[in-house]
Amino acid sequence: MGVIEQSLNYLQPWEFSPAWILFCLASTALYIRGLVHFRRSGRCTGFWRPFSFFLGIAAIYTVTQTHFDYLAQYMFFVHRGQHLVLHHLAPFLIALSAPFPLLIAGTPKRVRDFPGITTVVQALRPGYRLLQQPFIAALLFVGLIYFWLLPAVHFDAMLSQRLYQLMNWSMLLDGLLFWWLIFDPRSSAKGGLGYGVRITLLLAVVPPQMLLGAYLTFSHNVLFDVYEVCGRAWPLAPLTDQRLGGLITWIPATMMSVLAVLIILGRLLGQRAGKYRYG
Amino acid sequence: MGIKRCRILFLSGMLWLVGCSDPSWQTKDISGLMPPLKFELTNEEAQPVSEADYAGDVTLLFFGFTHCPHICPTTLAKLATVLQALGEDASEDLRILFVSVDPARDDPATLREYTQAFGPEFIGLTGNEEALQALTRRYRVTYGYGEKDDKGQYDVSHSNAVFAFDRNGDAQLLIREEDAQEAIVADLARLLAN
Repeated sequence: MGVIEQSLNYLQPWEFSPAWILFCLASTALYIRGLVHFRRSGRCTGFWRPFSFFLGIAAIYTVTQTHFDYLAQYMFFVHRGQHLVLHHLAPFLIALSAPFPLLIAGTPKRVRDFPGITTVVQALRPGYRLLQQPFIAALLFVGLIYFWLLPAVHFDAMLSQRLYQLMNWSMLLDGLLFWWLIFDPRSSAKGGLGYGVRITLLLAVVPPQMLLGAYLTFSHNVLFDVYEVCGRAWPLAPLTDQRLGGLITWIPATMMSVLAVLIILGRLLGQRAGKYRYG
Repeated sequence: MGIKRCRILFLSGMLWLVGCSDPSWQTKDISGLMPPLKFELTNEEAQPVSEADYAGDVTLLFFGFTHCPHICPTTLAKLATVLQALGEDASEDLRILFVSVDPARDDPATLREYTQAFGPEFIGLTGNEEALQALTRRYRVTYGYGEKDDKGQYDVSHSNAVFAFDRNGDAQLLIREEDAQEAIVADLARLLAN
């Protein structure tokens, strides 16, 4: 097999899933339309915001609709990497880019004026408010990581295609909710969370993730036999696989919290400086 | 919406999640999690075979390779003991399909020689990469090859579990390495009785 053919193979989805492709394509299309709309009306979006958004979408596509997904199904540590992208990295980048004004501007007027769309939004609001209560958001964020790693649940999720998709979608959606709560550009007066609460939230989710990561890393037993049952992508010692997975759950995941705290602190300081300058 | 309705919705959601598994099986119940048996492979006589050739029998599906040092011989030997415990009737209605994922070294003759050691119910199957991938992908299992040593030998990673299908070809059980022999005998007897 030629090098080109092989690399093309790696770019193809392992399990073609219209939902992931539609999600990535639709959000990219809406965003680009929004960018065009903004440019026409002379509003500036800069380079970094669109860059961050597209990088996030590209990351989601890569881990779900390329050969990466194959490896994620047959190697524990790659699976942990997939969830790191779906639950932390990609939603982090997307939320940081604050894409709503652009996405809304990019939505065709026909869709925006579609009868019933306001009713749907209104109906979803109480549920959204509930999920975005800081305590519930933190619990959900950590709880979902633990839930899908319960050995019995993990076993079924890896065996059944339906549960596997449910697992990955739940990670992405929860990631988007959580990081949106953290990076919401609105101030606390306008409905966003106060900066203190955001920082507390970010720090609160660190210890449970460290604990879980350390447990996986230092455990002497193979906790997830589903990778023996299904076979690994290549012969790798089960404990090595588990340790690598533990390290991914532990270190980069918690570093995302630290990074987010720095960004929030930066905003806080920026706000203070602004006050002194003008007030 | 009343609290009661919420609760019913929640409970049925949880039931859907756990896949309504039947607790009376002693090995892992996979009905509903996995699709029915379907394959197109080559048998020990180098003839093309499909699931239709084993219709009406209870079939066990196991992936491995004949150079396998531990898992394959242990699993197949364990199944041979299980067969003995099940009695003579079982050997007429139970087929154990040993699918080699190492077709480069396992030709039909090698496979025949290998499975003969375990009993007439054991059937060696293999296929080209495409056929093997279609089957392994269907059961969400995989395999991979390690680096070759000086003698050209290499390790193969593969699934260590046995998939059990009922007489209709529907996936019913997953037998794992640590499952006790009595549990396997009891479950297979139940599958054969249906």
